[in-house]
Amino acid sequence: MSTKVHMEALSPTMEEGQVVKWLKSEGDEVTNGEIIAEIETDKATMELTARGDGILRAIMVGEGATAPVGSVIAVIAAADEDISAITSAAEGGNQTATSDVGGNSAASAPAEDEAPTGATPTGAAPAASTAAPVATPGGRIKASPLAKRLAADSGLDLAAVLGSGPAGRIVKRDIELALTEGVASPARTAVASPPASDVDYEDVSLSQMRKTIARRLAESIGPVPHFFLTIDVDMGRAMEARRSINAMLEKEGRKVSLNDLIIRATAAALRRHPACNAHWLVDSIRRFNRVHIGVAVAVEDGLITPIVRDADAKGVAQIGGEVREMAGRAREKKLKPEEYTGATFSISNLGMFGIHEFTAVINPPEAGILAIGGVEKKPVVVDGEVVVRNRMRVTMSCDHRVIDGATGAAFLATLKSMLEEPAAILV
Amino acid sequence: MAELTYREALNQALAEEMARDDSVFLLGEEVAEYDGAYKVSKGLLDQFGDKRVVDTPISELGFTGLGVGAAMVGLRPIVEFMTFNFSILALDQVINSAAKMLHMSNGQIGIPMVFRGPTGAALQLGAQHSQACESWYVHAPGIKLVTPATPSDAKGLLKAAIRDNDPVAVMEGELLYNVKGEVPDDDDFIVPLGVADRKRKGDDVSIITHGRMVHIALQAAGQLAKEGIEADVLDLRSLRPLDVEAILETVSRTHRAVYVEDGFPYVGIGSQIVSILMEEAFDDLDAPVLRVTQADIPMPYNKKLEAWTKPSAGRVVEACKRVLYVD
Repeated sequence: MSTKVHMEALSPTMEEGQVVKWLKSEGDEVTNGEIIAEIETDKATMELTARGDGILRAIMVGEGATAPVGSVIAVIAAADEDISAITSAAEGGNQTATSDVGGNSAASAPAEDEAPTGATPTGAAPAASTAAPVATPGGRIKASPLAKRLAADSGLDLAAVLGSGPAGRIVKRDIELALTEGVASPARTAVASPPASDVDYEDVSLSQMRKTIARRLAESIGPVPHFFLTIDVDMGRAMEARRSINAMLEKEGRKVSLNDLIIRATAAALRRHPACNAHWLVDSIRRFNRVHIGVAVAVEDGLITPIVRDADAKGVAQIGGEVREMAGRAREKKLKPEEYTGATFSISNLGMFGIHEFTAVINPPEAGILAIGGVEKKPVVVDGEVVVRNRMRVTMSCDHRVIDGATGAAFLATLKSMLEEPAAILV
Repeated sequence: MAELTYREALNQALAEEMARDDSVFLLGEEVAEYDGAYKVSKGLLDQFGDKRVVDTPISELGFTGLGVGAAMVGLRPIVEFMTFNFSILALDQVINSAAKMLHMSNGQIGIPMVFRGPTGAALQLGAQHSQACESWYVHAPGIKLVTPATPSDAKGLLKAAIRDNDPVAVMEGELLYNVKGEVPDDDDFIVPLGVADRKRKGDDVSIITHGRMVHIALQAAGQLAKEGIEADVLDLRSLRPLDVEAILETVSRTHRAVYVEDGFPYVGIGSQIVSILMEEAFDDLDAPVLRVTQADIPMPYNKKLEAWTKPSAGRVVEACKRVLYVD
């Protein structure tokens, strides 16, 4: 009996995956549960396991190639079994996958698959790219019938169009927008290797993560009505607190950062301002009883937000330990999906890069994010005298559908008071 | 042209057709001495006498059967139901006799007969007297159905129904009888069966509807216009035969449709329209077709609950915005 190997949804938001490496070759024996490939999702590199026993008869999506979730990327079967029906059917359905990377995957596909078996485009419409996406099983593109027809008429590839309808459905207005403003289809137009060094630009193909960042953040700044609140915080006491905590932790060889204190204080402040610890669910607002803080971590080609769960109930040292451990694995792309999904609120800190003030883009459906600047010595007036103090600037981005100005301001005032008097966190 | 109420327009149609053809006669509960429960037959007894304007006992199955028999021998009866809710008692004669006779007699016996009266909810008449009965009548082949929304359509469609050689139900609206409008004086003014009418022109969204809901649709279209959304309001007027061409034409321009009816949603008229659009206009659609209907529960008597179950302009506006993908 044959088993189709599908591109599986290895992260909750994954729509397509890139085959990083096949750990088995065609002709190798595989057993159910055995790891056969490494797949780069939109977030991390994950392992793909075999779902049946037999011989890995055909690999249809080669290393470096991308395939939509649900498409068939390989076949496991008995040595003498006829699998031509599966490979040729998959070839028809997988045209989006193969057209993304052209030669790469075609090279590894069996020769009989070279014959086109997918829907035949009619009229003057350009080949495969227009006909294939709508027919992709599993990871199919949602588009209204009219949008599909308009796209086919104009030779537009639906895979390159961002849908604005419910559940990302591509509708007429999206096609019109794509036709007037053009579509970003970098995967298709990417130059694999720049021909010479005298070109004054370089086309960089989009990683799964970069695509996700682009889609998510464009989704955010568009429909999410952001507004920004900025407050100055005197960090003198917080720095003292950090020093005494680190003195206590010294013999354990542990340390906490100012950021760990900020995470802890933010969690405590959110406890007192549940209106800010919320998600926008379109027809309702979900206020959380627990506080899970997403901490933005820069990685090689993007960023990811590992989550400190129940940050309001953890000690600073534990928070620091978790953040550093997860950040390390984030850089190796080894975070599990449950470690970076489900934050109730987020923090982004660019202080270490010398940034003293910035605004962060909300990660929907969360309703707020803090942008933390660096601590700087500033002249401030205290009791009529100009003195030098350690000041930090915090800017909160709020989704106005959830958080109003006064609500956000009250939360920031609490956060400021906690950082300026860390003992207040314990109250 | 004269400005008449919907009630007067129906009365005029009856009088003109009875004067034109003496095989036409009217029967029903209180149609003669009392001028009809809704005064549609006012003055007809005096004008045409008690052989052609006949009061019946309260026995819908009996007098509907009498009408079918009269039609079989060459008369053109008009059966008035005090409301179509009461005609449920007579459905065996309507569906099994009137609708099927031509077929079962191998084309020998036609039934040139009209069933008429109000359909749909009025106000606080309770679950049994507030139903829109269109689906019951159009489900079986063999019978035609029209649902005039304006005085002019009321006159033209009733006259066309009386002249038609098949059984035709004319479903009026209890809340429409006092609606006023321009009506042609012409004795031969006819609105042909099976021709829809665009009651408002717009290119953004199609509101397709029939009967009293035409007025709700127009109200909704007015509200949408204030937000810059121009709705096409298509009044089907005739549910069998159906003007499929007009339905496809409006959707081919707007790419989205909302069906509004005061019947129940389950296997309602809107279900048929959605089915036609799926089959014939699939590639024109930019959004799923939505329906605004009576709630799928027996009509509550309580005034507020009743209002809550009925299709309203607000609900139509909401549905239009959903198919337009705007908030």
